[in-house]
Amino acid sequence: MQSYYEATARERIAGILDPGSWHEILPPTARTLSPHLKALDLPVAFDDGVVIGSGALEGLPVLVAAQEGGFMGGAVGEVQGAKIVGLFERAKAARVAGVVLLLETGGVRLQEANAGLIAVSEVIRAICATRVRGIPVVAAIGGKFGCFGGMGIAAGCCTSIVMSEEGRLGLSGPEVIETAHGVEEFDSLDRALVWRTVGGKHRFLLGDCATLVDDRQPAFRSALAQAVRTGEELELASLEREQRTLDERLERFGAYTDGEDIWRDLGFDKPANVPLLATDALIALSKRLRAA
Amino acid sequence: MERLQFRFDGGSRVAAASDACLVGVVASGNLEVLIEPAPQTDACAIEIRTAANGFGDVWQAVMTDFFERHRVGGIRISINDAGATPAIVSLRLDQAIEEFTRRDPA
Repeated sequence: MQSYYEATARERIAGILDPGSWHEILPPTARTLSPHLKALDLPVAFDDGVVIGSGALEGLPVLVAAQEGGFMGGAVGEVQGAKIVGLFERAKAARVAGVVLLLETGGVRLQEANAGLIAVSEVIRAICATRVRGIPVVAAIGGKFGCFGGMGIAAGCCTSIVMSEEGRLGLSGPEVIETAHGVEEFDSLDRALVWRTVGGKHRFLLGDCATLVDDRQPAFRSALAQAVRTGEELELASLEREQRTLDERLERFGAYTDGEDIWRDLGFDKPANVPLLATDALIALSKRLRAA
Repeated sequence: MERLQFRFDGGSRVAAASDACLVGVVASGNLEVLIEPAPQTDACAIEIRTAANGFGDVWQAVMTDFFERHRVGGIRISINDAGATPAIVSLRLDQAIEEFTRRDPA
């Protein structure tokens, strides 16, 4: 299984970690089922849609959580959230080089209401607390369901993000925006529009994801290992620098209504061609434009 | 949701390569199959939670076919189903047995 996009959460772990290094915590045999879904008479999963454990990433000792997008769109419920938060608790005690999150999620599992909302906020707090201790938290986004809702915020709190072109990152997902504000505001069926708004290439050009990779497991593997090795510590100075960057970005791009406007402003002569560029070509071109 | 249980006797104990294995995902029209060794019994015990109510006879037929194909015992099979068709269920069960008995750890 070479494609990260097509792989399940378990296949991604197998594709990214060093062979034989994986040790799962609360495996399916532990049957950590969602009590809420059972009460609502809905299907449950033995791992509640997230696989957690420890392993080695190019020799680095890491803790990993991988969400399964196929189960309820990767939505975070109380049990799933508790598993992820528990993994971060372990990061305090264990000697790890970093925590790796393979995110694929629509955000809060609405069926679990407040329990799901609290779960996501606890995950966000755990990410920040882990980073303050000097442990990098790196996220990968490249699955079919993208990374949206509260988990989009969680991804933003990570040390760095690795994405493929196929990946999507945002707060309200395309369907949610269309439902709330109408199809004139955002047509969720317009795939080109969706990708130039929340897709991997756009996130890379905006600086939201640090690394853009091809949709191959080995590409994610080496980018994640590099992100763990070079993870910057969370300090007041780095937060203030990021805030300045965001302010400047809003000032420069805030009035635009389409990704293409932003790409033109960034110096791309033919912004309509950006979606057609190969990953390497896009990275090289954006480097040249940044230097110019 | 409906909970179904089946038990087949007379199968031969399978030598598990691993403690347990899980295949499939609880996605629409799909299912997850968990196989665990049950060394204290010769039976093949199957427990199903399915989102499609009222298909007990179809499950019975699919499970009987599965047991006839593999005649395995000393295992416990647990299934979470989100409306998979009988063909998908059969394929997943075959995949699960193959993984469970595979010698080289993947």
